[in-house]
Amino acid sequence: MQLTDYEKAMLDGANGPAKARAMDLLLRYGQAVGAERLVETRNVAGAFNASTPSIQSIVDKGFDAVYSELNLDSDEVVEIPRVAVPTTQLITGIDNDNWRLQGVDESLVKMQRASEAFLGERGINMCATCTPYQVGNVPLMGEHCAWMESSAVIYCNSVLGARTNVEGKESTGAAALTGRIPYWGYHLPENRFGTHGVNVSIDVDDMMDWGLLGYYVGEVVQEHKPVLSGRLHHPNLIKLKHFGAAAASSGGVEMYHIPGVTPEARTLEEAFGSHRPQHELNFGEAERREAWEKLQSATDHRVDFIMLGCPHNAIEQVELVAHLLRGRKIHPDVALWVHTPRAIKEIARRAGYLETIEAAGGVIMSDTCPAISRRLPEGVRVIATDSAKQAHYLPAIAKVQGWFGSVRQCVDAALTGEWKGGL
Amino acid sequence: MTALEAQQRVIHGRRVVGGKAEGEALVTRETISGWGGINERDGTIIERRHELVGQSFAGKILVFPGAKGSSGWSAFFHMARLNGVCPKAMIFTRMTTKMALGAVVTRVPAMTDCDLDPIEVIETGDWVSIDADAGTITVHKGGARSCR
Repeated sequence: MQLTDYEKAMLDGANGPAKARAMDLLLRYGQAVGAERLVETRNVAGAFNASTPSIQSIVDKGFDAVYSELNLDSDEVVEIPRVAVPTTQLITGIDNDNWRLQGVDESLVKMQRASEAFLGERGINMCATCTPYQVGNVPLMGEHCAWMESSAVIYCNSVLGARTNVEGKESTGAAALTGRIPYWGYHLPENRFGTHGVNVSIDVDDMMDWGLLGYYVGEVVQEHKPVLSGRLHHPNLIKLKHFGAAAASSGGVEMYHIPGVTPEARTLEEAFGSHRPQHELNFGEAERREAWEKLQSATDHRVDFIMLGCPHNAIEQVELVAHLLRGRKIHPDVALWVHTPRAIKEIARRAGYLETIEAAGGVIMSDTCPAISRRLPEGVRVIATDSAKQAHYLPAIAKVQGWFGSVRQCVDAALTGEWKGGL
Repeated sequence: MTALEAQQRVIHGRRVVGGKAEGEALVTRETISGWGGINERDGTIIERRHELVGQSFAGKILVFPGAKGSSGWSAFFHMARLNGVCPKAMIFTRMTTKMALGAVVTRVPAMTDCDLDPIEVIETGDWVSIDADAGTITVHKGGARSCR
């Protein structure tokens, strides 16, 4: 790989051992992927926070050791300096307020808080959400980023037109200290054109259908770049957030285009550039049903846990839940958790949505989600969720049965304790 | 050609992570999720609809198309290494950043860009020797006993 003089100096330790270890990791990673050089980034979003018992033995050696091992892949414990570029903490394992409801041991809460103090002193911003673009980290079109979180990456590339690959804990750890990431993949303009045409031949409008579309397309195209056209209605942040998370779960989609909607595809021709589509696929009633059926892993209609807000809800989604719950009570055998970033929870509090949801027996959770934390209310057997991503992952992670449906179907199940959702 | 040679196939490819390893192959035609797709404590595949669900890659030469799903891919294979249950080597066909970084932090020999499709040539149970620095994969069909 070609390194600049500054990068070579960092690698040689001129800027301290942590940056040297970071450069070593970036070099190994860049060579593995086949990159010719690094690119400057000033926008890093990663996972730095320590909150799980599985890393207790590393935490016992101190937070420098945690960062060295898990964020730099360094055998040597190095002292971690202030980050070189703006850096965001993504989702964490524990809600710093509602941890008792999660069944978290207090010692782990102390671990997370101590870890956050360590990271905060080094300039890592505790956004604590999978949707940094909802709470102020909105990269510009063309901006080179180093982001983790597959649902955020696909949003960053496709909806914002910024440029990032799906980074990991170690590469974002190294990028935060050096302001560098391999110049490969989605950083190169020629790799951002569409590969697969998707003709949407039925009306896709509400959030559930955008999720089903994403889940179907992701499984078919895997890590390729779909270009969607046809009967797509009212795309917005909420629907594209859900669509992208679904496509990044069933497959590995990191970028898509919707001509006339997403910024790098004003037209179908622009979406494909000089390439011709490798494949053309159709999303019709049969495909919609197939995606829906694949997302159902439950047989028991008695539900005991409703999970809303993956990726973390926008304020409009929290308002809808409050509206559906106003003046009502959820079933005594059911827990309802609504997930949203801490900053949005503050808005929900001010608007009265928090009080409404709590009065109905629900909880607004921030900082985390059940799949990341691997924590659900005690004794849960059957869940229902409005998120294709959670319906995909949570049954495997938490060994529960899962129903997938619309927000309304999920809230109805919360009120009655019974799943009546369907297509 | 001797009977032994007939049972051997050599594949050439590109080094992703250097080093040598040999062991029994575990082959899948399906991409693997790291976070949410594996149990990093015992190396088993946990994805509900995966063809390898319930099987462990610990100590195996893992032959697969590549990575899918969450960006926690590298972190989970990193933890699998720290827990002593990572694969002995990785051979994959589709390069992504998740896959590359995951291979780097798993710190086992890894190869891609092969001249023969490793998923076609190698079957689960074959004995595989990989020399990633030399860019060669030697496949002994039918497992360890047939090559001794």
